[in-house]
Amino acid sequence: MTRALGWLAALALVIGLGAAFGYAPREAVQGNVQRIMYLHVPAVLTAYLAFALVFAGSLGYLFTRRLGWDRLAVAAAEPGVLFTGLTIVSGSIWGKPTWGTWWTWDARLTSTAVLFLVYVGYLLLRGMVDEPDRRARYAAVVGILGAANIPIVHFSVKWWRALHQPSTILGPEPSPIAAPIALTLLVNWIAFTLLFLYFLARRAEIARLEESHAG
Amino acid sequence: MSAYLRRAWIVVWKDVLTERRSKESLNALLFFSVLLLFIFQFALGPERARVETALPGLLWLGFILAGVLGLGRSFLVEQENDCWEGLVLTPGDKSAIYLGKLAGNVLVMAVVEAALLVLFPVFFGLDLTGALPRLVVVLALGTLGLAAVGTLFGAITAQVRARELLFPVLLLPAQVPVLLGAVSATEIVLAGQPLAEAAQWLKLLAAADVVYLVVGLLTFEFVLEGA
Repeated sequence: MTRALGWLAALALVIGLGAAFGYAPREAVQGNVQRIMYLHVPAVLTAYLAFALVFAGSLGYLFTRRLGWDRLAVAAAEPGVLFTGLTIVSGSIWGKPTWGTWWTWDARLTSTAVLFLVYVGYLLLRGMVDEPDRRARYAAVVGILGAANIPIVHFSVKWWRALHQPSTILGPEPSPIAAPIALTLLVNWIAFTLLFLYFLARRAEIARLEESHAG
Repeated sequence: MSAYLRRAWIVVWKDVLTERRSKESLNALLFFSVLLLFIFQFALGPERARVETALPGLLWLGFILAGVLGLGRSFLVEQENDCWEGLVLTPGDKSAIYLGKLAGNVLVMAVVEAALLVLFPVFFGLDLTGALPRLVVVLALGTLGLAAVGTLFGAITAQVRARELLFPVLLLPAQVPVLLGAVSATEIVLAGQPLAEAAQWLKLLAAADVVYLVVGLLTFEFVLEGA
């Protein structure tokens, strides 16, 4: 089952890659570099899905005390951090030729970076506790606070930039997205979600084996 | 309700009494904040204008660094003589303990902040008296947010390995909104503008305080539970 999911994800990724380079048109203003979007946007959407699952797993654990929920939380958090990192790195590579800089303290960049740091902290905490039950409790509390904090971080960073200076960066995406671009994006999004689900299933399985081994 | 508040008050009283007799945290914390002023001065150089532009940020950097040290310690006293067991065995709603610890931490932070607010003007030749009443509002909202998360995370990290490192690593990213809001509001207040100018930031701080407090009150019992 998991194996089939893995192959499905691989197939979808190949189709997505093919579409990104073969089917999607060359963007008029930015040229080929715009194709990074087909990695960048699916990665960030997948990361949001992952952190939503961390939140669900954290709540589920505190309510039911079943370690299965904790396995869901950790299995989502690790790929979530990975995909957030991928978003930041791909955005940085995209930003250099289009904005002329690797990094800028733009609202979205900043809040994504904060999100990354919060969940790296979450994983670090998990690494410091050995007993599964205690680890699950502490991690769940941090996971819930982290999720509750996301909207607050979002608004604080947005206003922080808005008050200091208006955004000088223009998002050069064509507003009504052309159909081939939207379709390529959709295919890649599905591919990334499948890949994430594969990671999730694998990581949860490892967590289960770890627990049965320790217990 | 009154029994609940009384339990919270007992925790505050116990911590104040312990601190008065041991003088473990506050003295060192106050000394640390004076030290910070010297470090800031050395880092920025003797130019007055530089210090004045950076003042809101420096103030909050001082509070947050003192908070990282002070709040991180707040549950360590409970590790001695099996006090933790005593807290776990306390009957009734455990969130009262959180509330008491939080109040104690706000108290400690308030003392440190008062000291920094007296010493900053002295060392840097500034006059803050005009802005002080408005500044207190900003400080109260910012400190509550900092202490609410700091108390919760302090209770967690008191029980894990590498706690001195883990505590700031967890606390600082979670405090980005409080830092942004508090620094921006302080900047507005110190520029001599009325509080209404900073209303947006004050609302954000208040909202953050409420969210952190609710999460802290609801989840604390899971943190306290036997180690």
